[in-house]
Amino acid sequence: MTVALENNITTTIHGDRVSLLRVLGPAHVWALGVGIVLVGEFTGWNFSADKGGALAALIVCWVVGLLYTSVAMIDSEVTSTVAAAGGQYAQAKHIVGPLMAFNVALFLVFAYTMLEVSDAILLGDTIVAKAGVEGLTHNSFIAATIVVLAWLNYRGVLMTLNVNFVITAIAYVSIVVLFFSVSPWTQGAVLKLNELVTPGNALPYGWIGVIAAFQFGIWYYLGIEGTTQAAEEVRSPARSLPYGTMAGMITLLIAAAMTWYVCASLMPWEYLGITYYPLWDAGKLTGSPLLENLLFIATLLAALASANGCINDAARAWFSLGRDRYLPSWFSAVHPKYRTPYRSILFLLPIALAFAFIADLNQAITFSILSGVLQYTFMSINIMMFRKKWPLGSIRRGYTHPFHPLPAIVLFCLCVVTFFAIFLGFGSQLIAMVAFYFLISLWFHFYRYKFVRRGDQFTMPWPKPQGY
Amino acid sequence: MWVALSYACWGISIVLALWMLYDWFKIDTNYSEDVLTSSREGELEAASEKHRI
Repeated sequence: MTVALENNITTTIHGDRVSLLRVLGPAHVWALGVGIVLVGEFTGWNFSADKGGALAALIVCWVVGLLYTSVAMIDSEVTSTVAAAGGQYAQAKHIVGPLMAFNVALFLVFAYTMLEVSDAILLGDTIVAKAGVEGLTHNSFIAATIVVLAWLNYRGVLMTLNVNFVITAIAYVSIVVLFFSVSPWTQGAVLKLNELVTPGNALPYGWIGVIAAFQFGIWYYLGIEGTTQAAEEVRSPARSLPYGTMAGMITLLIAAAMTWYVCASLMPWEYLGITYYPLWDAGKLTGSPLLENLLFIATLLAALASANGCINDAARAWFSLGRDRYLPSWFSAVHPKYRTPYRSILFLLPIALAFAFIADLNQAITFSILSGVLQYTFMSINIMMFRKKWPLGSIRRGYTHPFHPLPAIVLFCLCVVTFFAIFLGFGSQLIAMVAFYFLISLWFHFYRYKFVRRGDQFTMPWPKPQGY
Repeated sequence: MWVALSYACWGISIVLALWMLYDWFKIDTNYSEDVLTSSREGELEAASEKHRI
């Protein structure tokens, strides 16, 4: 049938439309955000101790926590208004413009796919380390992680995030159990923070070590902004997204503080900075087989939850690019039974497998962090433009973040420091990645954008921005 | 046990990958491309929620 719309554009509708299902609540948003991030407590954050000592790891825990609190607040405000799959991509499209949106979507896909790859490698390596069997490789466990989770995502978002809620909650509770099992209120019985972190070794490389530690401090919270990808599938975006995201951030701040306290009180910074399993090692050091096995299982569950959320988010960002014809519209297909972006899930599956089999953990993590920080830098600029073009009172907001523009300024400054820290450790990768985004932007501007239906891509029923 | 688990992982991966490929083929042959790619951004918001200040 042919329908004439109010804006005089004529379009053809073929039967019922097949769209993503609105079935999620705040708990699922929490499970998505915390699920992606929590693996960072089980491995990753501790490498900041190698860069600057145990005290540097604590300083970046709080300072990077400030960065991510700004991210969560800014994201909550914009997403409660731009409730569409693609999250920050849809935000950038409406607020900045198509070229920025294309880049942001690529940041998202890279950040989540590389994080998924890192999670799968971590899970495989953890099982191989536990097994201690000669000749056993991690490849089969990596393949099973990626394929089983892709299958789960293929079959539906509700079950995917129900599973994520359960396994994330178990992994989180394991940190709480470990914390209370080591008598945190008594130094000397199990914990020896006074002996392990002294004025002489707290900051072994001085304040430049603290700056360098930012690169891995990101791991305490990397991925919490992924909650926005669920925008088109939550029943009440204006309520669920800010609630789930802020609750997730509070949860993570508590987990990060407990993790640092227990690990820094059990391991010298020289070891803490190089181990791949700080919490599992902490469980071993308590001497309790129960805690050791609990933290082993929790490490696996945290990696699974993170990879699961990453598949969900990367597929939705890719799907959104297809829907706006920034990529072939073939990718925008929705499964008529399961209501998932099944072609995007299937397309990204072999890419993740290929990277997981050929890349090493450090490279994958670095590409993920780089794409994430590029995205956060965009968010600080995005919120300034959003408030300028659509001031408070001009459009409905589900959440309004306080102290504007302070969070945006703090976020931008901390992103600059983090870029400097990454440059210190992985300068060539940083330059290569920026060059890649520059070249792909040229391709989009001069070739791909002519396929985009320019009027169709702006879907929010907003008034004209101020100044236009 | 770990080696057996490793083989089981390969088996599960292959079975699920084949199932997804089969389902993909089935869906793409039974539904038209117009229906499968009919999702529109913001459609629900525009249709079901009144945008008033």
